[in-house]
Amino acid sequence: MTSISDVPGPKFHLGMLLNDKRYRGYTFQFFALLALVALFSWLISNAVANLATLGKDISYEFLFEPAGYDISPQLIPFESTDTHLRAAFVGVLNTLLVAFLGCVTATIIGVVVGVLRLSSNWLVSKLMAVYVEIFRNIPVLIWILIIFNVMANALPQPRAFRGEDAQASMLLDAFAFTNRGVYIPRPVWLDGSAVVVTVFLLSLAAIWGLKKYAIKQLYSKGREVPVLPISIGLFFVPTLLAYFLLGQPVKLELPGITGFNFSGGIRITGPMIALWLALALYTGAFIAENVRAGILAISKGQAEAAASLGLRPRRIMSLVILPQALRVIIPPLISQYLNLTKNSSLAAAVGYMDITGTLGGITLNQTGRSFEAVLLLMVFYLLISLSIALVMNIYNNSVKLKER
Amino acid sequence: MSDTHAQSVAYVRETAIPPAPPPANETGVIKWLRENMFGSVANAIMTILALWAIYAVLSVVLPWVVNGVWDADSIRDCREKLGDQVGACFAVVKERWPQLVFGNYPSEHYGRAIIAFVLLFVALAPILFFELPRKMLWFTGLYPFLAYWLIWGGTLWTPVVALMGVVFAFFAYRLIANRSFFGALIVGLVALLVFWLLFVAPLSNLFAAIVPLRLETVQSREIGGFMINFILGTTCISLSLPLGIALALGRRSNLPIIKTICVLFIEFIRGVPLITLLFVASVMLAYFLPPGANFDLIIRVIIMITLFASAYIAEAIRGGLAALPSGQYEAGDSLGLDYWQQMRLIILPQALKISIPSIVNIAIGLFKDTTLVSIISMFDVLGMIGGPILSSTEWFGVYWELYAFAGVMFFVFCYGISQYSQYLERKLATDHR
Repeated sequence: MTSISDVPGPKFHLGMLLNDKRYRGYTFQFFALLALVALFSWLISNAVANLATLGKDISYEFLFEPAGYDISPQLIPFESTDTHLRAAFVGVLNTLLVAFLGCVTATIIGVVVGVLRLSSNWLVSKLMAVYVEIFRNIPVLIWILIIFNVMANALPQPRAFRGEDAQASMLLDAFAFTNRGVYIPRPVWLDGSAVVVTVFLLSLAAIWGLKKYAIKQLYSKGREVPVLPISIGLFFVPTLLAYFLLGQPVKLELPGITGFNFSGGIRITGPMIALWLALALYTGAFIAENVRAGILAISKGQAEAAASLGLRPRRIMSLVILPQALRVIIPPLISQYLNLTKNSSLAAAVGYMDITGTLGGITLNQTGRSFEAVLLLMVFYLLISLSIALVMNIYNNSVKLKER
Repeated sequence: MSDTHAQSVAYVRETAIPPAPPPANETGVIKWLRENMFGSVANAIMTILALWAIYAVLSVVLPWVVNGVWDADSIRDCREKLGDQVGACFAVVKERWPQLVFGNYPSEHYGRAIIAFVLLFVALAPILFFELPRKMLWFTGLYPFLAYWLIWGGTLWTPVVALMGVVFAFFAYRLIANRSFFGALIVGLVALLVFWLLFVAPLSNLFAAIVPLRLETVQSREIGGFMINFILGTTCISLSLPLGIALALGRRSNLPIIKTICVLFIEFIRGVPLITLLFVASVMLAYFLPPGANFDLIIRVIIMITLFASAYIAEAIRGGLAALPSGQYEAGDSLGLDYWQQMRLIILPQALKISIPSIVNIAIGLFKDTTLVSIISMFDVLGMIGGPILSSTEWFGVYWELYAFAGVMFFVFCYGISQYSQYLERKLATDHR
């Protein structure tokens, strides 16, 4: 008697865990996991034993004890009697502040240098190449330290600004560059300033709406609305009108010398300027290369095709080249922002009180809670990195080439 | 018809006119200037601005460098010699040169460090230039042991016995290699570790008791200056390459647990700044080691920087792996190769070649980042400048010269490496454009 049936596979036996391709993966992963667990339990048991001999424990209560040190700059009020937690928070804000300023400046520098490096002007493009090579090939820490030392040693002392025949003078009577920091004017918000700000924000919204409207008109009726002149008008006229009608509610408080030091205005400390400038110049050199690569990545045929369709050069740039170049430029640009944010932790070298300077510096040294402080520090930077990575993924998905 | 023509043309030239030279402003320097620097008004303005910028920089830097004082005992001496002139005080670089380069390394042993440095290039040569005989790779393999002995001193038997461990591990590997590459790799590594942990100290002590072959020992904390940047840079990059390859393969593997472990590790390391990892090395790592174990700070730093670099290198190699067309994997499958054969013989050689430029970039970045160890108070070149030199009474306030010196040193090496990488890219280019 014959019958057709599936040949039963060999029954499972232990040897197959090693020899059968289907099961070997599981064995391997099991042992890898086992090794990992063993490694971690070894590390943790070591840590427990070491902490026990030192009579230490892991606790985060130190965060709620008074910090006992001063922080500058402080974006939110901070007294030395406030807790370590608040000090850490001020540090976080300082990190974000210098990272934000650095990113903006670096982008401006990078775009200008990247475009100029492609300029047909031989001298300018070579000059930009020299800038890029010099800044890319010297560690950012050296730049930070150089600018910091220049700020601390080469600039005049505040008292040099005193008297009739002062040795140093202020720029435009509003900016003072001293070895204790740079003093700049501070805006003072009087009554009615809220209205001015609201008007300004509304005019920004109007500019945005106008652009949308212009695009809609162009696509549906083929009619061109002059956007640029109206936008410029919208940007300045309503705000200035409101400003003068309300009797100039926003004033500038200029720094002035009183006694041996400056008062009034905003003081930007030397470490912050060193960090900001050095990070911006250093990262700017990398961004310049990204911008250059992005523009070069768009093949010449694209511009020629656009020209043969009858587009004018400005249109070619804004409608054909830039949208494609941005797709290439933005992902590395965002990772440069991430690098800059992480490099801002070099604040520790010059004593700028960012999160590394507060939580990872003074708090750690005062309380001796190195374990907890370093852990919190890592969590903070991880959160920043992950959120930037998230933004990047969203962007990448939105500009991805739509293929079949 | 032909008559009319013949009459209207009085003369027909029989030889060609020799070509006239182009107009004067269409040739040579003038044309070049017109095209490249003064093409339009905007262009001319940019040229003038650029010339002004160059003048502004050079007018400050040139006198400073040219007037530089090379012989002085202290900054006051320098200022006296300069008088009213603006000038650099390069004397500090000259006087503190050993400190900048070797740190507190005992001066009678500088020769050892220099030999190690020169041999580094001999060891690197066969990796960098493929034309050189492949036999030189043997020396590259021996170099780490030799360099360790030269720099740290002690008995020669320690590196020799360590090398014996490598040979032993290799035989253990060969035993199983033709049955399973991966198994053999694991066995080899385990054999190496066991040998090193159990035998290196007793065996080398034993041999040293018979034939000493000693160089005077140098403590790790005496090593400093550029030497430490170099040691950290070269060691960490070479150690992180195999680790990076493993992580990249793990991240692309289809075994979920392995993949998760690799992804978590890579993303964690890439998410935190190097300085926090150095904090871990300086204040935290000691807790995680067995009680009583006392690791040198430099070893702890090497461990952390290696982990840091390996995550970045893994991402670079992952890029190379992703760039390979899937036909390569399928071809490997259809030949009946197993996973490790496929990787070793087909995939990795191509993927590594693709990722060389990014690996070199990471190496440059890492070399620059070794300066960060100065923040955890190791005396690398920046630590030396900021610590002993700038705080000494003689040289208080001579920061420009010192930082410029450090900057130039880094520039020379980093620019050199990047030029080499471009040369390599051109050489390995396979897209035949």
